[in-house]
Amino acid sequence: MPANDDVVLSIRDLSKQFGRGCEYCSDENYELQKNMCPHCHTVYAVRNTSFDLYKGEILGIVGESGSGKSTLMKMLYFDQDATSGNYNLPEDLTVKGNVFNVSSQKKRQIRNEQLGMVYQNPILGLKMDFSSVTNIAEKLIASGNRNVGEMTDRADHFLEKVNIALNRKYEAPKNFSGGMQQRVQIAKALSNYPPILLLDEVTTGLDLSVQADVLELIKEIQRDMGVSMIVVSHDLAIIRMLCDRTMVMLDGEVIEHGITDQILEDPQHKYTQQLVYSIL
Amino acid sequence: MSQNFAFLDEHSKKEIRRKTLKAIAVPGYQVPFASRELPIARGWGTGGLQLTLSLIGREDILKVIDQGSDESVNAVNIRNLVQNTTGVAETIHTSEATLIQSRHRIPEVPLKPFQILVLQVPQPEPLRAVESSERKTKMLHGDKEYSGAFIKLFEQIMKFGHITDDADYPVMVNDRYVMAPSPIPRFDNPKMNYNEGLILLGAGREKKIHAVPPYTKVESLAFEDYPFEVEDFDDKVCRESGLSGVYMDELQDEKTGETYYVTNDTSYMLEKLNEEAVQHAGK
Repeated sequence: MPANDDVVLSIRDLSKQFGRGCEYCSDENYELQKNMCPHCHTVYAVRNTSFDLYKGEILGIVGESGSGKSTLMKMLYFDQDATSGNYNLPEDLTVKGNVFNVSSQKKRQIRNEQLGMVYQNPILGLKMDFSSVTNIAEKLIASGNRNVGEMTDRADHFLEKVNIALNRKYEAPKNFSGGMQQRVQIAKALSNYPPILLLDEVTTGLDLSVQADVLELIKEIQRDMGVSMIVVSHDLAIIRMLCDRTMVMLDGEVIEHGITDQILEDPQHKYTQQLVYSIL
Repeated sequence: MSQNFAFLDEHSKKEIRRKTLKAIAVPGYQVPFASRELPIARGWGTGGLQLTLSLIGREDILKVIDQGSDESVNAVNIRNLVQNTTGVAETIHTSEATLIQSRHRIPEVPLKPFQILVLQVPQPEPLRAVESSERKTKMLHGDKEYSGAFIKLFEQIMKFGHITDDADYPVMVNDRYVMAPSPIPRFDNPKMNYNEGLILLGAGREKKIHAVPPYTKVESLAFEDYPFEVEDFDDKVCRESGLSGVYMDELQDEKTGETYYVTNDTSYMLEKLNEEAVQHAGK
């Protein structure tokens, strides 16, 4: 494991609940039905999650549908407010302490300059009626760039990097295939050279050959740019291919984490064992 | 049946004036207000009309223009409604009016400190083209996140090689809020910057009031390598008056098919023609 001063993102005791909670479920030892309180029906989507992301590594988060993976990613990208927890970005010297406590304006700045996000559904990450080059420029404009020439050059560079032909850069993503839309999203997310990239189920819904292209692209970007990444997936094959370390989530809690090979070769938790054996 | 002064009841007028004061206090910020029913349909200037009716006093002198003309059907009807319910004096001369209601133009004669210009606004939200949710646009304004207004202009540059927004061109007011200045031509945008009069903008259908107080910085959005430019009429001359350097309508002669230009602000053109006639008679 890398040294502590290589941490680029640190999460401590992060929780997200939907509902007000009650006297029963506010006790941490109280047994929930899956992740829901049987008394007040409060859903604990993410519960007391802690982890670090190191410089240049790819951290995988794996788990079944409803395990809290996407909610976790939404909180990391400030799409959703956390109920409690600490979120630190040690490399961002403009923010001290918990970034959940900064103003919404500052959160937008962090989103634009420190983070890149690729959503499972491209509609969430792209403006489908605007051209691809404008979609990429949006992130640059949001971080204060006002030079059209500079922004189009940057957009061209990243569109080439994700293998989108430049003669299609004026086309709107709605005219593109699912794989191409994901590649435009990746180009947009990278356009500001963010140190951290968040990828939420980026290959879901794509056919196998396109999946392979996108995964190869992610590996190449990580190799060339040294970006730290968090990859969420329910597919262990993707996790095995991409990730240095892996966390397994179940019912809102991290039940196992470690080096990816170790998790896949020697799973300790019963759920992880089921998950691993199901793909063998 | 007797009619209340300026049609609206006093409580309504008070509410609109209160919201107007808030809009003046926060330049460029869209203040929601309870838009009243009026004897004209929403979308035909009810926002501007409510502002006019709530602000007008017996001493006021009213001018109403529609796309630069004092004689268009919309201008005449609005003027008649206000005049019939208030009895105030009316004028076509910008410099004489204390209250000017306008659709799509800022008059050529610069505003003076005692004047109020009321603009009718169809869509007050400059981010609506990129964000349909009112809740989200409110958050974007709160965070001063205006990339949406810029990407609309950026997309035009990508598609057409230049910015194509000729009217309702977004402006930054007082370095804080991006504002839709109503569909005035780009030509009129610079007139708002540090102008001496009070500009109020009312959107009746969208139930919003915003304002540009006197001596406020108003800057049209632009990029470093694509600066803001107004429509160019430098080499054009008005066929009726010989004026140049003003906003003009482009027309086509029905008989010859020839393109010609006429000053859009009709009262300004008349004033200039009269001045010229007087000078001519004096000689």
